[in-house]
Amino acid sequence: MSDAQVAAALLAQQLINGLTIGLVYALIALGYTMVYGVIQLINFAHGEVFMLGAYLALTAVWLLTAWLGAPPAILLLCGMFALSVVGCALTGRLIERVAYRPLRGSPKLTALITSIGVSFFLQNAVMLLYGSREQSVPEVLPMVSWEVGGVSVSGMQLLILAVSAAMMVGLDRFVRRTRTGKAMRACAENTEAASLMGISPDAVIRNTFMLGSGLAAVGGMLFAMNYGSVSFHDGYLAGLKAFTAAVFGGIGSIPGAMIGGILLGVFEGLAAGYLSSEWKDVFAFGLLVCVLIFRPSGILGENLPEKV
Amino acid sequence: MLEVRHVHTRYGKVDCLKGVGLSVGAGEIVALLGANGAGKTTVLKTLSGLVRPSAGEVLFEGRRIDGVSPEEVVRRGVAHVPEGRKVFQKLTVLENLELGAYLRRDGAGVRGDLEHVFALFPVLKQRLRQRAGTLSGGEQQMLAIGRALMSRPKVLLLDEPSLGLAPIVVSSIFRMIREINREGRTILLVEQNARMALSVAKRAYVLELGEIVLSGEAEAVRDSPEVQSAYLGGG
Repeated sequence: MSDAQVAAALLAQQLINGLTIGLVYALIALGYTMVYGVIQLINFAHGEVFMLGAYLALTAVWLLTAWLGAPPAILLLCGMFALSVVGCALTGRLIERVAYRPLRGSPKLTALITSIGVSFFLQNAVMLLYGSREQSVPEVLPMVSWEVGGVSVSGMQLLILAVSAAMMVGLDRFVRRTRTGKAMRACAENTEAASLMGISPDAVIRNTFMLGSGLAAVGGMLFAMNYGSVSFHDGYLAGLKAFTAAVFGGIGSIPGAMIGGILLGVFEGLAAGYLSSEWKDVFAFGLLVCVLIFRPSGILGENLPEKV
Repeated sequence: MLEVRHVHTRYGKVDCLKGVGLSVGAGEIVALLGANGAGKTTVLKTLSGLVRPSAGEVLFEGRRIDGVSPEEVVRRGVAHVPEGRKVFQKLTVLENLELGAYLRRDGAGVRGDLEHVFALFPVLKQRLRQRAGTLSGGEQQMLAIGRALMSRPKVLLLDEPSLGLAPIVVSSIFRMIREINREGRTILLVEQNARMALSVAKRAYVLELGEIVLSGEAEAVRDSPEVQSAYLGGG
């Protein structure tokens, strides 16, 4: 291979690696952005829901292997998906009911601080339940990878790509076409007008939390499989990254969160490949600072003036 | 059909309504007139459940609806077209109309009512797939009224339908209000444009600083010296 080919292969490799992690960020970022869309709250506990999703996926593997010995991969995958999505959706619903609903109508800062409290609570709860040491995740998929022109793509990366794409297309359809999805969009635009249509804002907020938490759970499951281990700390950094992605894409915008997540992942991948992987977080949060200074509304965010 | 008794409403420490009483009979158009800040919008918000009165009661078909959630008020048959139209700008015209029928489960009936709204406001049919935010002010007002009709309400509460619209548009909107009333819907109309409101209303109330100061048949209200000088620019 010539130097140019090697350079091109390196670039392609970093883009693929970046896309993979970016899709996971995007899945988490959707929850931040949707919740912000309906109640203008940055739910800092959202990263912990992602982490819980990773642990629940691991729990599903434990339960299924204890019960069936060596179940087929597809059964394991379905079990992980079901337990983490359902568990996180219910957790999201519970968080909203217990921590945020009583604060509806109080200053924004109160709810924001509460979300940090919920975040600590969940971290510690998981630590007490599962122990403070990192847990290794058994291999669910056989380790396969393909090499094309000096670029390697793993089966895990293809799974992340396929599952995330399916989730995002599904979400888009849901929000556009279903009655509940339309109610969510109406509520995000004008809660009072939505309630005059007979839409219950409480129900919409509840659905939004469940949906966002379910998506974060899918991200958590993919994350656990990809890295092979989970720790109760994992939600913190991933949550901050996903928050950055949501702001980058334009907080409140669903396509914005998808694009922001993917771009952030690619940006990090490039920084890791060409500079140093130890500096990738610096670049990610440097990006957040730049967005906040130069374009606070993000890529797709709308800066509409208040209408009279 | 709709009865408001001694309603007091306050925002924080400010008394907005101080014992308002009014009634709307089945099939009537009743106008509620008053200057900016008189409390007209608060009366409508109290009726539709957006605001809870601190005292007094609101009855609809003999049952109390004060303190009931806005969703429940819609379910019972009261639709509120808010001030400033408040159509969902980012949603299409069709989606706005569908949301008007949010609580209904009778698909065939909803489709029929959709055709009916198109018959009243043909322009909406041409704009069906457009975002509501791209419509003109008059078209948005038509959409807001059409959206409210999609819940098949018994009573329609209209808040300043003429606000910010050109006179020719205002007269066509008022023609539609009369048409909707002829179909058997009861209407409570809040307006600053007293001349237009009194031309369609059967009866009228005048609200000043949270109190009803005058009420009666529309002609009588129009001819009263207070209304002539304060709202109609006469002497």
